[in-house]
This record gives sequence, structure tokens and C-alpha cells, in this order.
Amino acid sequence: MSRKLSGLGAWVLQRATAIYIGLFGVALLGVMLVSPPTDYAQWRNWFADPLVGIATLVFIVSILLHAWVGIRDVLIDYIKPLWLRVSLLALLALGLLTWGLWASQSLILVRLV
Amino acid sequence: MPFETANKRPVHLDLFRIRLPVPGVLSILHRITGVLLFLAIPALIYLLDLSLISASGFHSVAEGLHTLTGKVLLFALVWAFAHHLLAGIRYLLIDIDLGLDRPTARLSAWIVILTAPPLALLLTWGLL
Repeated sequence: MSRKLSGLGAWVLQRATAIYIGLFGVALLGVMLVSPPTDYAQWRNWFADPLVGIATLVFIVSILLHAWVGIRDVLIDYIKPLWLRVSLLALLALGLLTWGLWASQSLILVRLV
Repeated sequence: MPFETANKRPVHLDLFRIRLPVPGVLSILHRITGVLLFLAIPALIYLLDLSLISASGFHSVAEGLHTLTGKVLLFALVWAFAHHLLAGIRYLLIDIDLGLDRPTARLSAWIVILTAPPLALLLTWGLL
């Protein structure tokens, strides 16, 4: 089994992604509180801006990596039969990958159409 | 039995008798909110996708958020995020040896647990 994203690597990744998620999350809440989008065009134009689009993608990828480390720890703690643990970890990886591609597709389409 | 005295502590797993210290409560809440946030990910990506794909999609998301169910779910999400973030900041500070002593660790755990719900209520009210 791969040793990537385990031990010290996972520990650092969990904290680095946490800091970005925290900063972006607070900024997002701030924008939504101070000047929420008034209509569809404005909402769309936000994400069509390359800076916002890429910052949002980094946010989503950070969340997915953070969730991988966190949920993996939960599964390892509570799921003892090895076959079930490995199956759920594989399902988790597949799910996170799917969600990441789904979000990327939405954010890329906004800039194309 | 040389270790007899050490074995006099009660050994039971009765959830109604276990008195978990506050930092322990915070720890399990960090885990619970983390799992809740994880479960919210696909729903949030769905809402982002729907809101971006068309004007009617944008309006159905906006309308859905203003229903009672929408408000309750948004509050739950904001609470989970606020709790997880505040507890996370506390863990990062403990990583660099800030607030590691028992009285401070207990106080900061209480602060996180008690701050998150009113903060979430205020934020949800501000967002809607």
C-alpha cells in the first residue's frame, strides 16, 4: 500500500488545507454577508473571473484532500474488518474524485459558455 | 498482585456513566462536525452547479434556502463549519504549545462549544 498521505505527510496536509479552507471560508462568508449576489448574472460573473474561479477550485480541492485525511482516520478507527475498511476507503477515494471533477466541470463551464 | 491498587478505578463503557472531560467532548464534536461537513459536500456541489447552470436554477436555489427546511439545514451547516473551524484553530494553537495546560485547555474548549451555536445563528440570520 502507498505510504503517501499518511503519517507526517497527512499531518502537514491536514493543517495546510485547514488554513486555506479557513481563510477562504471566512472570506466567502464575509462577501455573502456584506454584498450578496443580487441576480444570476452577478453570481455567474463572480465565478467567471479567473481569480475567483481558481481560488474556488483550490478551496474545493483543499476540502476534498482534508476530507480524505479526516474520513480515512474515522474509517480506520471504527471499521475493523480489513476487506470492509479497504472497500470503504476505495469508495471514499472514488467519491471525492467524482465530486472534485463535478465541481471543476461547473466552474470551467461558467468560463466557457 | 503488585498492581492491585491501580485496578480500583471503575471499568465500564456505560455511556450514561462516563464523564468525558470537556476537551474530550470537543474532540468528539470535532469529529462529528467533520463527518457532517463531509456529508454536505455533494449537496453543496449540487447547489453550486445548479445555481451556475441557469437563471432558473439560481432562483430555485435562492428560493430553497428561504424555506424552513433550507434555513434549518443552512444553520446546521454554518454551525458545523463554525464549530469545526474554531476547534481547528484551537488545535493549531495547541500544536504550537499555546494553551496546552489543563485549565486553559478546558476554558478554550468551553469557549468553542458555547460560541459556535450563537455565532451560527447570527451568521444564518445575516445570510438570509
